[in-house]
Amino acid sequence: MQCDVCQSKEATVFLTQIVEGKMQKVNLCEACSKEKGVNDPTGFALADLLMGLGAAQEIESKEGSLKCPVCGFTQADFKKTGRLGCSACYAVFADGLSGMLKNMHKGTAHTGKAPAALQKRREQGEKLRSLQDNLHQAVEAEEYERAADLRDQIRTLETPA
Amino acid sequence: MKFSRIIASTGEWLSGDGPHRNIVVSSRVRLARNLSEKPFPGWAKKAERLEVMRLVKDAVENLPEMADSYSENLEALSPLEKQVLVERHLISREHAAKGVGSAVVMNAPQTLSVMINEEDHLRMQAICCGLQLDKVFGMINRVDSELEELLKYAFDPNLGYLTACPTNVGTGMRASAMLHLPGLVMSDQINKIVNSVNKIGLAVRGLHGEGTEAIGNLFQVSNQTTLGETEEEIIGRLNRVIEQILEHEQNARALLAQRKSVTVHDQIGRAYGILSHAYSMSSKEALNLLSVIKLGVDLGVFPEPCRFPVDELFIETQPAHLQKGAGAQKMSADERDSLRAAIIRAKLAQVQEPDIERLKAETPDAAEEKHDE
Repeated sequence: MQCDVCQSKEATVFLTQIVEGKMQKVNLCEACSKEKGVNDPTGFALADLLMGLGAAQEIESKEGSLKCPVCGFTQADFKKTGRLGCSACYAVFADGLSGMLKNMHKGTAHTGKAPAALQKRREQGEKLRSLQDNLHQAVEAEEYERAADLRDQIRTLETPA
Repeated sequence: MKFSRIIASTGEWLSGDGPHRNIVVSSRVRLARNLSEKPFPGWAKKAERLEVMRLVKDAVENLPEMADSYSENLEALSPLEKQVLVERHLISREHAAKGVGSAVVMNAPQTLSVMINEEDHLRMQAICCGLQLDKVFGMINRVDSELEELLKYAFDPNLGYLTACPTNVGTGMRASAMLHLPGLVMSDQINKIVNSVNKIGLAVRGLHGEGTEAIGNLFQVSNQTTLGETEEEIIGRLNRVIEQILEHEQNARALLAQRKSVTVHDQIGRAYGILSHAYSMSSKEALNLLSVIKLGVDLGVFPEPCRFPVDELFIETQPAHLQKGAGAQKMSADERDSLRAAIIRAKLAQVQEPDIERLKAETPDAAEEKHDE
């Protein structure tokens, strides 16, 4: 089995931790386990390591340390606190976060409540798509009267009020 | 409104009524929201926190729901006052640790409370008695919709409401119910239940949330994930699981009363004896014994009118509530234990001795009813 961190050496340290009822497993080689401080159980949190695996190392190695232009929050701050700096950080750290969110939640896309203005736009988008589908079908079935009607509906929806 | 007035009356979630209130002590839904383009409270500088607080507090105080409300900056509250609010589940332990730049606004019946600059700019909750998560969600959802017209929320079409901690992103919602489960504890089934609930992505915690011990046979069940499901789906899932736990608890109680009636009599009798004759009692011991008395009320061993005084003791015997009642002099732990025992003795003097015959008369019917279902 390969080490989860360096992806090259054979893993000899197998770690299992239960955080809030969820089991997380990490396999490490001798060198990486020392580097991550696995030998010191008090100073080690698997969650941090997992976060690091998903985000920090990868991005750091590519672009140096990533920093939010809005609030100045860095990847290192995130590793330390487990919290983000501001709402813009979600876009800045998106690459690292997406894997984390996938492990953490039921899905990766929000399907619940949205602020009313946005919700309206979302519903309009859906309505538009279904009208366009219907239009397509109507044209194929050569129902031109229905198609014309649908075309008008789409036009009214597209012109801003 | 003054702090003293909030404290004088018990919250509606304690004194009110609701479905399954014998077992479901309270239902609560909290939403986490943030303002866009403002650093989250944990990262914001003091001036930025103060600015956000001013904006949010203004908006919250002017809501129709908060027409009669209590609103205060956290630095204006003493540690004791904060602790009283924690014991009533009106603010979190994390929020109690905050000072300048954080605030709390709550309505008079204490069913709605908004924490400003906790981990997120807004943490708003609704809490009610019994199992009524849908109603509680409706209440807080309305507040949220009103606030959204006044404040610019951080929202991403794909990720939903953006929160300081990625564990809350999406709906930003945590729905929870406080369950009293002495039957499952006494019949050694509780670990099995906790494990299976954990497996389906829900969390079971102790009295005061994350990392706290389950004392007084009280367990808090809540959703763990916030992204990928709608609010209604999360609450529906939680409701179904809670209803199953309820059924298991009812079965466990019926079986205990039927097959282990001597043990049940003995425990209720001992709890009553100790509570009505002790002169020093820790908070933990009090909660554990009161839990048995509460079970006694549910089983008909004590008359129904005893329910409210017993429920009230669960809150009144908490450390900060005791201290608050005792006035300015700071009490030592020993003094608190002795005051706690005195308060319990006084209240139990009004509760008549357990009538074991009533348990015998009632349980076979209850057990049969369960059988017929």
